[in-house]
Amino acid sequence: MADLTYIPEVALQADEAQTVPRPPLLVRFTHWTFTLSFFGLVVSGFAIILSHPHFYWGETGNILTPPLFSLPLPTMLGGPSGWGRSLHFQSAWLAVLSGLLYIVSGVLSKHFRRELMPAASDLSWSSIRNCVADHLHFKRSGLAAEEHYNVLQRLSYLGIVFVVFPFTILSGFAMSPSITSVFPWMVEFFGGHQTARTIHFFLANLLVLFLVVHVAMIVLAGFTSRMMAMITGRPAAPKETR
Amino acid sequence: MSNILGNSISRRKLITTGLAAAAGVAGLATAERVAKSYGLIPPDDGGIWGVGETLTYATQRMLMAHHSMAREFGRSEISKAIPVSGDPPTKGPYPEMLSSGFKGWRLPIDGLVAHPSSFSVDQLKAMPVRSQITHQACEEGWSFIAEWHGVQLSDVLNLVGVSSKAKFVVVYAYDGVWDSLDLADAYHPQTFLTYALNGDDLSASHGAPLRLRVARQLGYKSVKFLSRITLVDSLKNVGDGKGSISPAYGYSWYAGI
Repeated sequence: MADLTYIPEVALQADEAQTVPRPPLLVRFTHWTFTLSFFGLVVSGFAIILSHPHFYWGETGNILTPPLFSLPLPTMLGGPSGWGRSLHFQSAWLAVLSGLLYIVSGVLSKHFRRELMPAASDLSWSSIRNCVADHLHFKRSGLAAEEHYNVLQRLSYLGIVFVVFPFTILSGFAMSPSITSVFPWMVEFFGGHQTARTIHFFLANLLVLFLVVHVAMIVLAGFTSRMMAMITGRPAAPKETR
Repeated sequence: MSNILGNSISRRKLITTGLAAAAGVAGLATAERVAKSYGLIPPDDGGIWGVGETLTYATQRMLMAHHSMAREFGRSEISKAIPVSGDPPTKGPYPEMLSSGFKGWRLPIDGLVAHPSSFSVDQLKAMPVRSQITHQACEEGWSFIAEWHGVQLSDVLNLVGVSSKAKFVVVYAYDGVWDSLDLADAYHPQTFLTYALNGDDLSASHGAPLRLRVARQLGYKSVKFLSRITLVDSLKNVGDGKGSISPAYGYSWYAGI
């Protein structure tokens, strides 16, 4: 009856064999709103490409100019790009708002510093090499034994959150005739409207690749417990204590 | 003891959450009223995409409160060839006007204006000539750079005397397309009624005799084959009330993206 507040820690000690990161509420909430928006962005991005599956370099590009490359997809002129664009922007708003909430709360709560900034000692080549070797040998002890994220996870999460996403958003802005009328440097930075479009496509592919690896690692590390942790904040269904 | 403490905390939490929710709802309602009065709500704000359309339009209108200018280019950057999307109308009065070289063609401007008027191409050409070398991107993703010559829409609007009640400029075309601009875009220095492209009179496929050019929006906003312009205070009773024919095809009214 007394000491109610101690029970979670008791549970934590009991669960030490299966140690799983316990994301705070805001991380969990934004993770799932972001998942939803990312799904919308990928589906609608694909729909937009279907109306013109050719990519160019420079400022302009169209059916009368040679493309940098074309995707082996059917061109659906005036096809699904209408709802595609609407879904893309609606999802982008959800993604940006979720992302801002995640970043602001992550900075204020020191989540990034504690959970994602690699320790200086982990940034040595040998340490990174060991971590890569553990992954390549599927050494579960090396991967799952830590309660905290390992150096490779930290570097890839930081890179995705603070490098790939910002440049994906920037290359998206670079394609907007109204945004570039206010901030011309956004498109000049990439060297042209079509270059920005092509880079936007490559960055989106990188994000999808990250998602595939991310889900694969979740499956390897224990799908149910990791999913429960990201939904409820606890590794598994909360145990009845006495 | 701990139970009482727990209850009081949860009650306090409940009250704070309730207050926050009430404040949130009241804040949203106020935000909507303010946004409406400042013209930050697009005509196609309903339906499943309404939230995204409204956020995009309101944000960009605030960002572009001043007349931000679309990028302009040098003559050397003009695209060698310009693809065409949307063929000239083959029905109605257009084919005959085309074969007669648009002799009797006039552009009526009516609605909330002091002097409803109509203009021939020659009358428009006699007005101050403007030109711009701008980038035009299609909604599908392709783009080109071209030099457009014409008259600034604001010059024409000033001639006919726009009523202070007017909020939107509605344009109609011979191919059945209709669209509208808010006053921010209608009076923008790069919004033209164009009659020539890269130095030559507009060809039929590029929208002869007169084409709208809206430099800060996607290509479909630059309506071809203009037939009439009218000024209105609300888009509710124009067509299906969504400000443009585009939403019927899945495209948004505001194409600044």
